[in-house]
Amino acid sequence: MHPVSVILRVLLVVLSVAAGLIWVERRLLGLWQLRYGPNRVGPFGIFQVLADMIKIFFKEDWIPPFSDKPVYFMSPAILVFTTLMSFTIIPFVPGLYVVDLNIGILFFLAMSSLGVYSLVLGGWASNSKYPLLGSLRGTAQMLTYEVFMGVSLMGVVMLADSFRLTEIVEAQKGMWFIGPQIVGFVIFFIAGVAEAHRLPFDMPEGESELVAGYHSEYSGMKFGMFFVGEYIGITLISAIITALFLGGWLGPGFLPPIAWFLIKTFILIVIFILFRATFPRPRYDQLMEYGWKILFPLALINLLVTAAIVLA
Amino acid sequence: MKDQSLINKLNIRFGEEVLHWQDTADDIPTLWVAKDQAAAVCQDLKNDSELAFSMLYDLTAIDERQRQNRQGQPDSEFTLVYHLLSFQNNADVRIKVPLNDRDEISTVQDIWPAANWYEREVFDMFGLRFSGHPDLRRILMPSSWAGHPLRKEHAARATELEPFSLPDDKWEEEEEHLRYNPEQWGMKRSSEDSEFMFLNLGPQHPGTHGLLRLVLQLEGENILDVVPDIGFHHRGAEKMGERQTWHTYIPYTDRVDYLSGVLNNLPYVMAVEQLAGIKVPDRAKVIRIMMSELFRIISHLVYYGTFAQDVGALSPVFYMFTDREKAFKIVEAVCGARMHPNWFRIGGVAQDLPKGWERLVKEFVDYLPKRLRTYDKMVMKNKIFKNRTEGIGVYTTQEAIEWGVTGPGLRATGMEWDFRKMRPYSGYEQFDFEIPTGTNGDCYDRTMVRIEEMRQSLRIIEQCMNNMPPGDYKSDHQLATPPKKDGTMKDIETLINHFLGVSWGPVIPPGESFVGVEGAKGNNGYYLVSDGNTTSYRTRVRAPSFPHIQMVPYISKGYTIPDLLAILGSVDYVLADVDR
Repeated sequence: MHPVSVILRVLLVVLSVAAGLIWVERRLLGLWQLRYGPNRVGPFGIFQVLADMIKIFFKEDWIPPFSDKPVYFMSPAILVFTTLMSFTIIPFVPGLYVVDLNIGILFFLAMSSLGVYSLVLGGWASNSKYPLLGSLRGTAQMLTYEVFMGVSLMGVVMLADSFRLTEIVEAQKGMWFIGPQIVGFVIFFIAGVAEAHRLPFDMPEGESELVAGYHSEYSGMKFGMFFVGEYIGITLISAIITALFLGGWLGPGFLPPIAWFLIKTFILIVIFILFRATFPRPRYDQLMEYGWKILFPLALINLLVTAAIVLA
Repeated sequence: MKDQSLINKLNIRFGEEVLHWQDTADDIPTLWVAKDQAAAVCQDLKNDSELAFSMLYDLTAIDERQRQNRQGQPDSEFTLVYHLLSFQNNADVRIKVPLNDRDEISTVQDIWPAANWYEREVFDMFGLRFSGHPDLRRILMPSSWAGHPLRKEHAARATELEPFSLPDDKWEEEEEHLRYNPEQWGMKRSSEDSEFMFLNLGPQHPGTHGLLRLVLQLEGENILDVVPDIGFHHRGAEKMGERQTWHTYIPYTDRVDYLSGVLNNLPYVMAVEQLAGIKVPDRAKVIRIMMSELFRIISHLVYYGTFAQDVGALSPVFYMFTDREKAFKIVEAVCGARMHPNWFRIGGVAQDLPKGWERLVKEFVDYLPKRLRTYDKMVMKNKIFKNRTEGIGVYTTQEAIEWGVTGPGLRATGMEWDFRKMRPYSGYEQFDFEIPTGTNGDCYDRTMVRIEEMRQSLRIIEQCMNNMPPGDYKSDHQLATPPKKDGTMKDIETLINHFLGVSWGPVIPPGESFVGVEGAKGNNGYYLVSDGNTTSYRTRVRAPSFPHIQMVPYISKGYTIPDLLAILGSVDYVLADVDR
């Protein structure tokens, strides 16, 4: 396949999945919260996304006169850009990926680190107090969780003996890494929720506390980019977990590989949404404590144990 | 039931200071004291180990300048009224101070911290000044307001004033009034090593549950101080009491604590009944209790759900609102309306219960306990929820009393004090229920107490359902409103009475009366002064949320912003109840 066509396909699929997730999430939350959710536009309300998109494109895009404009413009773009870039390394099926980098995981970690800038700059450039508090929280939170996000992945790398995602998936032919790396899986999942700043780790937004946190001052399509960026982030984390821990496209032969990949990813996305419907929000300092005092040592121990077993 | 022994004790203690003993319809010992002695008498009443009037329950004033019926009372243009409460003796006392327009009276703020806002309110509403008050400024009205609304010369209707306009320059001026200036509040902008952030939380903020503005002094996310700014929801409920008839004021009471509907009607109608000497038939009493308890559950369900949402749990609020909807179904069937049924009447209730009401009530009583058990697992036993609420916003019983806290907030500190038990009204003494208490006085316990109260309310409702007495739903008393129509076409006297009662409304005999009930948020009371007219001379709404909000700065210092939101949620105030 021509690389450009692959890029376009991936882009199209990812963007439409992310947009579709808005509807999926609202319907699922409705289901779990004993209400309907959007059910008016089209069958089962599926065109709600379209209606929302039309609305958000035509919304007044108010730019705060007190903001630092170039940075203010850049920040949502950084978020969408970095998360989309990460998709280049996702191996959907053998042969269907944008690039097969030999440092795939490192590239993903690098991109998610860059994503922090979106929060920092967005909150800073808004030049307003609630966004500032939100981005302060977000920065600390994401830096913390990034540390052991990386550490928790190293077990997988050791078992597969590679940073290349295709090889990692291939290495799971015998057993998915969720088995031997269950601890790594749990930690990575938690870190992923924090990375995507979803409830219960949505402190940067903290709706009942900080109004809308770091994007309080954004409106129109710029807000829309933060919004969609969040869903791209969920999709990304789910896809990465699928590839690293759940055997990627591998599965019994009665379904094509791509179907397996999509099913696994979708289940993880649903769990993300279920989290949102279930948990209260811990306080920001409790979250940091939980990260540094419990998850980080746990990730290190997991790494050491895995290394010992691999060497033995 | 006049407590003669208390009067004797007071007489021995303060015989010399007392100018006059006043008789009131509510039999609360009411003594008049000269303004120079008032603070000292208050201090003595509080400190005396035998009397122990430890709570400043209410502080308000009356503009006496147009009052006709006040025989024997010391002459005054204004009267300041302190209402004190002794938990030790389960007794009240009312101290009245005669004042003239320009008089200054010394503050009692140093005796009870709760007096701070009450005195500001009196200043705002009547223009009376308190010497020694640290911060005597308007509290409910905007600082640009001219005049003091509860003075008799102040207009009660917008039509008596110039048409309202807000040109640009006035707009800017008003905005300037709202600008927060830390120095005005004696706050520093920075310490030696850091600059403080002043965060304006509200009046539009998802966490404040209404039009409440708090200015936070922050160092990072740590709260150094909080300044509440209330009054955005002020609608002049007390002033309206002076222009509506006794009967037509009932709908306004519904809207004071707008989450607990008829529970607001109860103290008001009982106070009027006390003035008029109406005895309410048993059936009406039980109906009133049943509906009140139903509204207590409704209010607590809102509390439960929104509190869970304040600490970030998105789902519970939907479940609890669904349950609340089921309760509203009963309210709708009985009263015809949902949130503000306006259903109690002077002398009874508006209508008899509809056919089949038992079935509806039974369904609900069977349904809710299961749901509450589910919520226990979902919310109260949740680890994150516990971490967020335990040990947050703590106050002791002593502090609660100093600050005038009543209701679940007081019981969460371990004090077993419920007006339904301690001073049974409307027949509560015949019901079997318990008073849940907490131990720590933190956000978690305040929630726990309310949940347990819902279970107790269900018990009461069940007992009402099983023991509903037959008989009339409204008193035969001629002042019961609207009056009975049975005899109107037979004799002229009844016809005239009915006609006057319906067209003018009842004329309530002169007197004063206070009735407080255990509301959903705390002790909710009405202090009514009748001058023998079709309207009240002075209506004072003693709202529980007002002192509760006053306490928020005290209990949130040293915590962080998320904790503040948890504290606000757990205090369970309604802004209409704060501002009235």
